Amino acid sequence: MRHGQSFFGPLADPAADAGHRDHPPRVGFFTDTSVCIGCKACEVACKEWNDVPEDGLDLLGMSFDNTGMLGANSWRHVAFVEQERPLGRQDAGLAELPTGPSTTEAAASVVARALPGTPRDGGDLGTAPVHLGFPSFDLPGTDADARERTDFRWLMSSDVCKHCTHAGCLDVCPTGALFRTEFGTVVVQQDICNGCGYCVSGCPYGVIDRRHDDGRAWKCTLCYDRLRGDLEPACAKACPTQSIQFGPLDELRERAAGRLAQLHEAGVTEARLYGHDPDDGVGGDGAFFLLLDEPEVYGLPPDPVVPTRDLPAMWKSAGLAASAMLAAAAAVFLGGDRS
Amino acid sequence: MGSNMAEAHPVGFQWVMEAKARGAKVIHIDPRFTRTSALADQHVTLRAGTDIAFLGGVINYVLTHDLHFREYVQSYTNATFLLSERYRDTEDLDGLFSGYDPLTASYDSSSWAYESVAAPERPGRRDKEQAASSRHGAGGPTVEGHAGEIAADLAMEHPRSVLQVLKRHFCRYTPEAVERICGVPRDLFLDVCRAWTANSGREHTTALVYSVGWTQHSVGAQYIRAGSIVQLLLGNIGRPGGGIYALRGHASIQGSTDIPTLFNLLPGYLPMPDTSHESLAAYLESISGRNQKGFWGNADAYTVSLLKEYFGEAATAENDYCFDHLPRINGDHGTYRTAMDMVDGKVFGYFLLGQNPAVGSAHGRLQRLGMANLDWLVVRDLTMIESATFWQDAPEIETGEIVPERCRTEVFFFPAASHVEKSGTFTQTQRMLQWRDQAVAPAGDQRSELWFFHQLALRLKARLAASTDPRDRPVQDLAWDYAADGDEPSSADVLRHINGIDLNTGRTVSGYTDLRADGSTSCGCWIYSGVYADEVNQARRRTPRSECGPYDAEWGWTWPMNRRVLYNRASADPQGRPWSARKALVWWDEERGEWTGDDIPDFERTKPPDYRPPEGASGPEALRGDDPFIMMSDGKAWLFAPAGLADGPLPTHYEPHESPMRNVLYGQQASPVRKVYGRPDNPSNPAPPEAHSDVFPYVFTAARLTEHHTAGGMSRQLPYLSELQPELFVEVAPELAAERGLRHLDWAHVITSRTAVDARVVVTDRMAPLLLDGRVVHQVWMPYHWGSVGLTTGDVVNDLLGVVVDPNVFIQESKVLTCDVRPGRRPRGPDLLAYVADYRHRAGITPRTGTRVVTAGDTDRPEHTEPCEWPEDPS
Amino acid sequence: MGVKQWIGQWPVYRQLTGTDPLGRGSAAQSARSAGLEPRTRGADRVVDSVCPYCAVGCAQRVYVKDEQVVQIEGNPDSPISRGRLCPKGSASKQLVTGKQRVRTVRYRAPYGTQWQDLDLDTAVDMVVDRVLDARRKGWQDADEAGNPLRRTMGIASLGGATLDNEENYLIKKLFTALGALQVENQARI
Repeated sequence: MRHGQSFFGPLADPAADAGHRDHPPRVGFFTDTSVCIGCKACEVACKEWNDVPEDGLDLLGMSFDNTGMLGANSWRHVAFVEQERPLGRQDAGLAELPTGPSTTEAAASVVARALPGTPRDGGDLGTAPVHLGFPSFDLPGTDADARERTDFRWLMSSDVCKHCTHAGCLDVCPTGALFRTEFGTVVVQQDICNGCGYCVSGCPYGVIDRRHDDGRAWKCTLCYDRLRGDLEPACAKACPTQSIQFGPLDELRERAAGRLAQLHEAGVTEARLYGHDPDDGVGGDGAFFLLLDEPEVYGLPPDPVVPTRDLPAMWKSAGLAASAMLAAAAAVFLGGDRS
Repeated sequence: MGSNMAEAHPVGFQWVMEAKARGAKVIHIDPRFTRTSALADQHVTLRAGTDIAFLGGVINYVLTHDLHFREYVQSYTNATFLLSERYRDTEDLDGLFSGYDPLTASYDSSSWAYESVAAPERPGRRDKEQAASSRHGAGGPTVEGHAGEIAADLAMEHPRSVLQVLKRHFCRYTPEAVERICGVPRDLFLDVCRAWTANSGREHTTALVYSVGWTQHSVGAQYIRAGSIVQLLLGNIGRPGGGIYALRGHASIQGSTDIPTLFNLLPGYLPMPDTSHESLAAYLESISGRNQKGFWGNADAYTVSLLKEYFGEAATAENDYCFDHLPRINGDHGTYRTAMDMVDGKVFGYFLLGQNPAVGSAHGRLQRLGMANLDWLVVRDLTMIESATFWQDAPEIETGEIVPERCRTEVFFFPAASHVEKSGTFTQTQRMLQWRDQAVAPAGDQRSELWFFHQLALRLKARLAASTDPRDRPVQDLAWDYAADGDEPSSADVLRHINGIDLNTGRTVSGYTDLRADGSTSCGCWIYSGVYADEVNQARRRTPRSECGPYDAEWGWTWPMNRRVLYNRASADPQGRPWSARKALVWWDEERGEWTGDDIPDFERTKPPDYRPPEGASGPEALRGDDPFIMMSDGKAWLFAPAGLADGPLPTHYEPHESPMRNVLYGQQASPVRKVYGRPDNPSNPAPPEAHSDVFPYVFTAARLTEHHTAGGMSRQLPYLSELQPELFVEVAPELAAERGLRHLDWAHVITSRTAVDARVVVTDRMAPLLLDGRVVHQVWMPYHWGSVGLTTGDVVNDLLGVVVDPNVFIQESKVLTCDVRPGRRPRGPDLLAYVADYRHRAGITPRTGTRVVTAGDTDRPEHTEPCEWPEDPS
Repeated sequence: MGVKQWIGQWPVYRQLTGTDPLGRGSAAQSARSAGLEPRTRGADRVVDSVCPYCAVGCAQRVYVKDEQVVQIEGNPDSPISRGRLCPKGSASKQLVTGKQRVRTVRYRAPYGTQWQDLDLDTAVDMVVDRVLDARRKGWQDADEAGNPLRRTMGIASLGGATLDNEENYLIKKLFTALGALQVENQARI
């Protein structure tokens, strides 16, 4: 047993680690945000397939994002980021337009002040065009005498459950409602979940969430039912530009590396991968991304760490005790007359 | 340009992204920075309503730098032809062409003809009244004598050759002029010119995409002409990777134009007869003309076959195939004219079939007031829509202009069957017909239009069966014997009749060349002929893309004759060889003596490239082997339109009807032949040289969002779409927000001389102010999907619009107007009327405002108002 | 269910005896999860269709079970759409099966303030009466110069861009025979 690896660090085969024999290859999503057109087909296709309820009719004022964040009733979330910097070799055609000082900062102050009290204030999501203070982020046009606008780009990105190699939600679930499937994905079993909510704080990405009406925890299942019928997940199937790509994780990682190289060659030097690295704090994500800026800009944590990193030591003793108790309980059951 | 493809056609945009991934450069030229711009290599912000100035600049750049594809232009366009000495250009007449009549605000186009062709003098008034396409069908106008020799200068150096006329016409469209008019920095403009020209020629082609951002203007047809001229000069038409793509907005809007539910057309772009057509012969002569080239020469076969399908046995050679059963048009019977006629009490009953004009048409207020003045209204839709509930919840209820207890309109709402509850074909934006099978039966009273109109027809025929009134003969003679499918006609059998039937054998014809003018064939729409060839529903084909060739010829069926690229003969040089190996599409196979290639040749299959017509030939026979434009009366693509357009032979920059600035190129401010409706219920905001245009200082434009569909009946009712864009908003630049005190997410209202509408403010850098002729001008944008019914409701943005239309096609100018924006909510109830009246008063607006359409030179400036009463001008 | 089988399904038993001692995978899988399959698999039939929103013409597959639409998604065979759909196309099932759909004829009498029910057949007959009346009231035989017009200006129609070609064909054909000219659709707008 490699219990040490089961909670942290690289793990080649999470499905096998979770007891699946002769299982299919681990699958996941590679979301290439450089081709995302922000259409939100993923959000709708997901809801249609999984029967996810409507999530409120609120104008959030965060560019075209009115979903706000991932949650029990939004398993896909398209973030929109308006920024005062150029995109690769794109010419946004706005930089030479007239009227004085750079406006993005002005817009940011206007917009950020007015954002409604979304759960995480919008700003955290990166979808508010607030200045986040990155080192690479120079601020042309802050000079009040500037005659021309600064540059501009509009980033879009479809976020989803990461199906971590080491899934905090799963590891803290006391009921066995969350489990790792034969595909290496992480799924909540609604027939088991009792709504305790431990998983909510266990997720380093803030993905999993409970529904207000039934109290149970919900999140992306990577369309577990579809996978079992050899169908790709609904969001990936609908995605018009193949920004969301589904497939065996190994293959996706290879494809992502190729795409990254292609973009770098094309002058989009800011392109980077996120969540692909098995050495990161969650052992790498089953759903990883090609981003065009720092993850914070998209509302993603820069260095997610599974909360169970330090668990094995603690678990060893507690787990033994619990097992013993359960075995005793089982013995009691077996002893009774059930026939 | 004029298209937000990523947002309005997201799945089509996958091909743009794929081209980009393969190295294509994507340029988006649009007033707004949209989701399309976000994915483009280059975005260019220009002022709404100035695309012709931009494109004119490109044409000027091409011609000044001699960058046109010379051999293509020389052989395939009318660049070499000489114009009549009577022609005068806008350069000579301060923005007018020769032949202008200020009293009727229309052109006599006879002076625009080629030198050797005697064009009859033709007052333009009737053209203007009828929409030019009503008179010419799709083949363009007849220009008699085009089959013969037209005076030409192959060197294209003669001062009256089309190329030289073009050069002169556009000589003032310099990068500096583009910058002043459009607000596009000249370097940026030149970048676009360089990219476009560098990527065109033998080895490369450039595609041009437009949508209603081009058509919804008072000069919309000329926008498209301007784009066509660029593409023709650069040799980008009829070739792979080239072309001009009109991206259409509805599942079968292409189909409803081909098989028109339009007043001025019959199926297959045959014109609706007018009062000058005393007989079938006179009608046909007006289409095929005398001694001209092309496939409109067979209009007799198309027309007689249509009449045979309409009237069956009753249509005979002796009675002109019941030609006289067709009603005659004699004016503008477009939807906006009709709405005004409703207000004026001239229309009694109205059918709305999956359309919601109370929200979706320009000047929603006019639409609703019209509907409130009918005897009866039939609405057929999937859900309750604002056009059915106006008597309950129109904005006019709040202002007291519509009172339910005093509104007599009787309203019938019939629930419609959805796309999965009936079978039939949609024609998509590239002319492809795709059949849908019925998945489930509709529930309750839900029915298809096929059922509804079948029931109407049967019952009307029964009611009129015994009539002796001659006006009822067409209904009695109407052939209505389609195979039954339950209690409605079989849609497959209707399609079969649209395809056409050989009446001798009873079998379907294989294409339009099988149609005859002797009454032996019937055909509902000649351009769709072939869709049921061999008694097989070709539109139902679903050969997977992996098993079709590169042009997917066995998926659905594309008119005409399953050809995917129109005029693809132009993909080969005059001798029939591909212009280059990498741009080969169809070519002449000398050995087999036929045209061949990846696509089905849009040319007579066995006509060799060196074919020259015999003396006196006309119609298809008169087309030379190197005349690729087989529907044109001279076989050439028209850089210069010697006839057929109501507003001039060449595109010219005119300011929009409502504009904050004076035309910097000509004394003529806006289109001198735009159709205005000067009425008290249709006021215009003033534009220079009129005074007080500063009361409405901002440029306004409206469009769609990805998350919603047009008037909202198919999206604002759905939770999954409503939550994605849950509220009406107005987008402004931060500078404008500062100027007007608008705060992000607070309320603001937008005002025109028609009304004011509320919306939440979205401050964004995607909206940018422009520097125009030394002055900063702001643009304001709103999505237009909202109304009073649905999960998310809001004011009707189209209420801001007045009605002014393009004289060629009668499409309204809804992509550009002027407005004011103020913080806070608009006044409610009757106060709103007073508020807007005050704006009109401040701007000195009367029904005459904007109707003095001529402003060039010292000509008289007559008003063009409606002959109706209006209150005294405000003093 | 025998005891052995019953106990074999108990997660803890599986956890203790199987390959998943931490109970995070195969041992935790519930019976429901083990039996999951895509609901499209149980469809009685799959019908070829086309998206009803914009004019791109994306191919759809409609999955029907017990005469109900259970799923609509893209058809990967299509050379136009390759199986993809935009948010509107992806919402097609809600469009077709949602509770916003009206199922019965609604009627508002002149000067009425409420909708009323009306039998479908009666409603069609009433429309026939009104068509004949409006046609008569708006009839024009000839213009001022005596040129024949043979038309009625009393009836207008708007719509067609969302309808089938076959439907538009019959609409235009019937209205033309009636002499009704003011037949228009979104293509003019």
